[in-house]
Formats: sequence, structure tokens, C-alpha cells
Amino acid sequence: MQDDLNWAIGGEAGDGIDSTGKIFAQALSRAGRHVFTSKDFASRIRGGYTAYKIRTAVDRVQSVVDRLDILIALTERTVDENMDELHDGSVIIYDGERTEFSDFEVPDGMVGLDVPLKSLAEDAGGAIMRNIVALGAVCEVADFPIENLDESLQKKFGGKGEKIVENNKEAARLGEQYVAENYETDFDFELETTDEDYVLLNADEAIGMGAIAAGCKFYAGYPITPATDVMTYLTGRIEQFGGHVVQAEDELAAINLALGAARGGARAMTATSGPGIDLMAETFGLVATSETPLVIANIMRSGPSTGMPTKQEQGDLNMMLYGGHGEIPRFVLTPTTVSECFHKTVEAFNLAEKYQMPVYISADLSMAVTEQTFKPDEFDMDAVENDRGKVVDESEISKWQDEQDRFKAHAVTADGVSPRAFPGTEGGVHMSTGLEHDELGRRTEDVDERVEQVDKRNQKVATAEEREDFDYREFGNADSDNLVISWGSNEGAMVEALDFLAEEDVDVRFISVPYVFPRPDLTDEVEAAENVVVVECNSTGQFADLIEHDTLTRVERVNKYNGVRYKADELAAEIKEVVA
Amino acid sequence: MSSNARFIDFKSDKQPTWCPGCGDFGTMNGIMKGLAETGNTPDETFVVAGIGCSGKIGTYMRSYALHGVHGRALPVGTGVKIARPDIEVVVAGGDGDGYSIGAGHFIHAVRRNIDLTYVVMDNRIYGLTKGQASPTSRSDFETSTTPDGPKQPPVNPLALALSAGGTFIAQSFSSNAKRHQEIVQKAIEHDGFSIVNTFSPCVTFNDVDTYDYFRDNIVDLDEADHDPTDREAAKDKILDNDKEYIGVLWEDEDATDYNTAHGVDEPMHEVPDGAPDGATDLVREFY
Repeated sequence: MQDDLNWAIGGEAGDGIDSTGKIFAQALSRAGRHVFTSKDFASRIRGGYTAYKIRTAVDRVQSVVDRLDILIALTERTVDENMDELHDGSVIIYDGERTEFSDFEVPDGMVGLDVPLKSLAEDAGGAIMRNIVALGAVCEVADFPIENLDESLQKKFGGKGEKIVENNKEAARLGEQYVAENYETDFDFELETTDEDYVLLNADEAIGMGAIAAGCKFYAGYPITPATDVMTYLTGRIEQFGGHVVQAEDELAAINLALGAARGGARAMTATSGPGIDLMAETFGLVATSETPLVIANIMRSGPSTGMPTKQEQGDLNMMLYGGHGEIPRFVLTPTTVSECFHKTVEAFNLAEKYQMPVYISADLSMAVTEQTFKPDEFDMDAVENDRGKVVDESEISKWQDEQDRFKAHAVTADGVSPRAFPGTEGGVHMSTGLEHDELGRRTEDVDERVEQVDKRNQKVATAEEREDFDYREFGNADSDNLVISWGSNEGAMVEALDFLAEEDVDVRFISVPYVFPRPDLTDEVEAAENVVVVECNSTGQFADLIEHDTLTRVERVNKYNGVRYKADELAAEIKEVVA
Repeated sequence: MSSNARFIDFKSDKQPTWCPGCGDFGTMNGIMKGLAETGNTPDETFVVAGIGCSGKIGTYMRSYALHGVHGRALPVGTGVKIARPDIEVVVAGGDGDGYSIGAGHFIHAVRRNIDLTYVVMDNRIYGLTKGQASPTSRSDFETSTTPDGPKQPPVNPLALALSAGGTFIAQSFSSNAKRHQEIVQKAIEHDGFSIVNTFSPCVTFNDVDTYDYFRDNIVDLDEADHDPTDREAAKDKILDNDKEYIGVLWEDEDATDYNTAHGVDEPMHEVPDGAPDGATDLVREFY
């Protein structure tokens, strides 16, 4: 019996694909199963092919694979779009009563289940529930106890009244019953349930939750795919913690609003995607020069320009590293999993305030539209520590004043970090500016003061490198001659690729890097390996360039930039080709 | 700092580099006096400015301040005010800063009705870049970049503010010190977004909109039988392009400012050492 199942529902945007997928994903998660979801969608509101895919297993799943076992096809195109992943024995559930399917022929070797989704939904109380009928059918096919759907339906429709919830439960049962009565039900699948507790969330939600955990109270942003979910998450929640969300008029306003709140003493952030980062670049320099702590989440998508807004890419690394005119010290954090997005967001706020600098935290579309299961203790709120750095109050202010009682907000210190006084602090009055300034924050063109302040800002990075742990994570065989390095979201696919590679006797050491600047020095690791491969979702190998720069060693590049994330089996094949 | 701060307390020891005779001196003095008269202290005041001659104001005043980038002062001021409702926020800008590069932000700050005072030093020219047309320059105003004039009518900032739902709209003349201070004071006292468009002549590059021009053409609303709570009357005056009105054109005294309506009461600068109480519930939501 097969437990590792790949499931999808596909149709046109507007068909309720997302909510149906989410209902099933939550049901699986609550049943103690691991879940990894992915979405295919186009940049339009109605129409166009869209799909919600779920991979589920009792063991942890961290990636998609090139296989589809059960497909709910609301349109015939759904079958065509997924033909590559369908295989002998795949089950296709469709509604043969729809005109759309009048000429439909089930591909050879596959199992077609013609279920009158719409009619059964109408029997349950309304055609709108046809997707739920299909979910009921899936429960029968996959031998998954249908009771597990009930709680998801309650969560989804509870707000609309008990009658609606009951109708949906009924719709699911009619679907289950129809399959049981009309088809041989000895399918190859059996979805076991367990007693494990899991939470199911995506990167945007993890970043939002991390922000609240870190005491962030101010968020300003402008809607953009795939970063909007950060704002959606915070809206309505951050208020419960004394915070506030502003939907700004544009990205320029968003980052300036956040800058203002940060100068007011709040932990503040904004989130956007590549095109928004471009617009924010102007203020990014001001944030750095005025030494304002600010967290900027960049949820990457395909670029350049407006590119492919609903597709995956890791193309903004250079922008985050080098964007903005002049020389701008910054931190760039690149969490490699959804749960790490939570932890790195907390860390981002601490780094921002300890070093009074802008901090990028990046995720990408593949993590932002992926709901994934985790053990709840991976989001341990009790372990969160917030460090505000050198904030001074009235009692300490005199230490940082000059002979005329003026506060030295940009005092040159050994570690490069100056004191910080929030508005309202007696004696802390000062101005900040994007102009080069002296220790008081006043404009200067004095050659010595210029060099002092540039060195001071750079010193903060050097200090952080001494004090912080910008480390990597490691998987596979540490003694292998084959070294694979990646950054950001490729970790899950690569970890699973290790299993595929092991099956073919390919031995690999895998290093996953959650910090791009500052970043761990991998010189020793690269020198110890015979084959070094850098994996990333961009065409030029931006991270590979950095590794070559750091280690003075040429590396192999495995790149994907067609807009689709790496699949574990596909990645394994590409790695094998390079190292074998 | 006691609450009986004086005008002089808001003055920094930095000497302004504005040209002798610049209107910005008077505009700034009015702000400083207005702040002192309304009971504010430098410790509890935040001044934001953008770029250009107007942008230098944060250097010459003594308060918490941010000198930002061109046109973005209002979003910064808005962020400060939402995070710190306990702090008085004044945003100063120029006509280019506010009505050209920052025009979008201007409209939205008005719409939000955030409780800050926006003083625009309107000299109808770009001064610091040495004399190009600004959005409030006359359509036939000849400059180095517009030898035949801008060939487009000037922006009417007060009309923009009124149409965007402005709740305090005033105009002022930097040279009328007492009157200017009084108008700024009223703006600071207003609960909501206040704009004071201040004629602040550029003595170096603008030979049209001069002190003499304004002295000859200004009509003080206090002497024009104007009722600032009459929106229709305000509209008529704002759309009257033949006169230069000063005074409070429109004030909606019943308006509710953004923070009161939607914002927070508690200032946001406190952060707990760990995750805030109740944060674990956030994880439970994902079960």
C-alpha cells in the first residue's frame, strides 16, 4: 500500500481550487500526517489554469517530486497540464456530466472516476460544494477516514453557520459513497493517520509570526505577489499586541513609514518582492546612513522588471547584496525553510537593533506559496529573545553627550555601534540624515569625519562577524568528495535529493547557507571537496559567484530559472550528472 | 525639559546657510514659536524634512529630527506619529518636495488625516538646484530649464488637499511673523492633518513671486469676512486664482484623526525581552 501520496486539484482560477486544497491539507495535517503543498497559478483573478498540489506522507516531506497519484480535474486542461507527472495507476476524478468532459478519454493505464460532482453537490444543498464532493471521493480512493475532513470544514465554513458546515459534510459523504458504490475500491493507496501534532503554514506566515514574536509593532507594505501574505497575516493580529499595519500608497511610502516608526523607537518592518525592492532602494541608503534598525523582507519572484509574478526565482541576491548607490552596510539573511523564516525574522530584528542597520530577510515564491507541516515546538515562543542593543535612557544619556550637552547619536565607538535615544528621552535630542554627518548627526564634508563615519558603519559588520554565529547547516556525508552548496529555499528539495542520490550510490555532502551577508567562509569545505556544485534558482549563479570570490576556486553551477522550483528527483539527476 | 519651553529652546546652535533674506527664516521661526506656544518641548517633538532648502530645517532646529530623501518626508512623519502618538510631529517641505516628487504621498497623508502639521515652504522655484521651475511656478515663468515657462498651470495644493478630504487647510506668509505664527499654532492644535502652505520667497532666483508681490497681493482672510468652517466658502477662495489668501481657509473641527480612529494609544517603543504574552496562541492557529 502506498502512503507517500501526491495529490492535486486543478481547474480555472476562481473555481475554489485554493480553498479546497487548503481544506484537504489541513485535514491531513490534523490527522498527524506530514504535508507539503505547492501551487501552480497564473497572474489573473479568474480563468487560466491553476492547481493546488499536496504531497503527504507519515514521514517528513520537504519537497515536490515528479509524480501525481490522484488528480481532481475540474477542467480537461488540468489533465493535459499534468500529463508529465501522471503515471500508470494514477486516479483522475472528473465530472463526466460537464460539457467540458463530453469528449474526455481517460489516458491509457490510468483510472478514471467519473463522479457527478455538481449533481451530488446539489443534492447536498448547492452546486458550489462540488469540490467538497470530490474531496469525499478522494477519502474513499485514498482510504483516508472522512471524519478528518469535518474539522477543516468546520474551520472553513463555521463562520457561515452550522447549516453550511453540515451541508459540506454531507457533500463529502455523498462523494465518498458514490465512489464506494460505483467503482471497485481496491485502490493502491492507504493514508495512515498518526497521533502527531503538526502545524501547517507558509513562509509569509512564518515571517509575520516571527515579527510579532520579536515585538514588531509596526508594519507598512504595498500589496505585491508573493509578499502580500505577510501583510494579510499581520493585519488583524498585530493589533492584539499593540501594533498597527498600514497599507501604504506605494513601496516608497511603505519603507519610509517603517523608517519613521523605527526612528520613533518601534520595531518596524516592511515586506515586498523584487520590483518593490527596486523602489525601496532609495530609502535603503537613508536607513543605513541614518543608522536606523529596519527589517525588510524580500519574497522573491521571477524578474527582471515585472517578470513572471507568480513564478519562482532566486534572482534578487545581487540586488539585496549591492542594491543602492554608494556603499551600504547591511545584513542579508536567507532562511532555508519555512520554520527558519520564523527564527531568522526574530534574529533579523535583533541584528537590526544591535547594529542599527537595515536587514534583508529573503524568502521566495516557492516557500511563500507552500504550506508545510512542522512540529509546533519548532516555533517555540519561550525561546525567543529580544535584544535592543545600545538604547540609552535619561540615566545614561550624559555619557553620550558632548561638552554642550548635545547627544552624539553617531558617536564613533570601537565596535562601530553608537547609542540610541528614542524621542521623548530627555537630553537625547538629535537629528539623523542621509547626508554624511558628524557624531552629532549634522551634515559634514570634512574629510576626516567622512572617513570616520564610513569606517564606523563598516566596523559594525566586522563586529557582527566577530560576535554573531553566521553558520551553515550540513546534511549527508561530511567526508564526501562531492560538495553541494545552496542558499535559501532549495534545502528541502536537496535534502530529499540526497536519498535519491544514495540509492544510486552517489555520496554527497550538502551545505545549506542561511546567511548571504555576512556569510560563513566555506574555503576549507570547498578545498576539501573534489567536486563542488552550487545549486540555485537563477540563471547566472549569483551565489556561486560569491563562493568563487571567497574561496578562489571554480565551482560547478546547477541553475533553474524556468519559474518552477526544484523537484527532489530532478535535482538529484542534475547533481549526479555533474559529480559522477 | 519642562513644558514651558521657550522659542529659543527649539533653536539649534547651527547657523542657517539660507541666503540672507530667505523666506525660510520666517517660516522656521513661526514653527519654533508655534511649538513653544502650544506647550511642546524639543524632547517630545519630532521634525521631518525632505531635500532642498526646506530640508535643512532639521539642522537649524533643536528637536528629534530626520532629514530624509526628496519627497518622502510625509510617510516618515506618518510612521513616527503612528508609532509615537505621544510625540508632536511637524513635517516641513518645499513646493518641489511636497507637490512634485512627493505629490502622491501628500494626497495620501491628507486622506489618512494623520495628526501632524505639514508646513510647506513655497517659494515657487527650485532654489538649491539654482533656479528651475517648480510645480507652483507660474505657467509663463522663465527659468534655465523652462525658457518659455513651464507651459502648464501651477499645482493648487490647497485644492488638492480639500478634494482629498483635508481637515485643516491654511496658507501663510513667512514675512508676516505674528500672523504666520498664529496660523502654525492653530495647525499644531488641530487634531488631524494640517497643511500650512507658506509663501516663503526665494530672494536669489525668483524675481516674480517676491516679498513685494506678496505684500501687494495678499488678502488676509481675517479681514475678508471668511468663515473657516464653511467648506463652500473655502472652496471658492481656494479656487480663486487671482488672489493670494492667507489664514485658515478650512477647518473641520469634528474630524477624527487617524490615530484616534484606527491607531494605537500606547506608544510602540517598548519591546518585551521575549515573545509577547499570548504569542503561543499564534502557533495554535496553524494546528
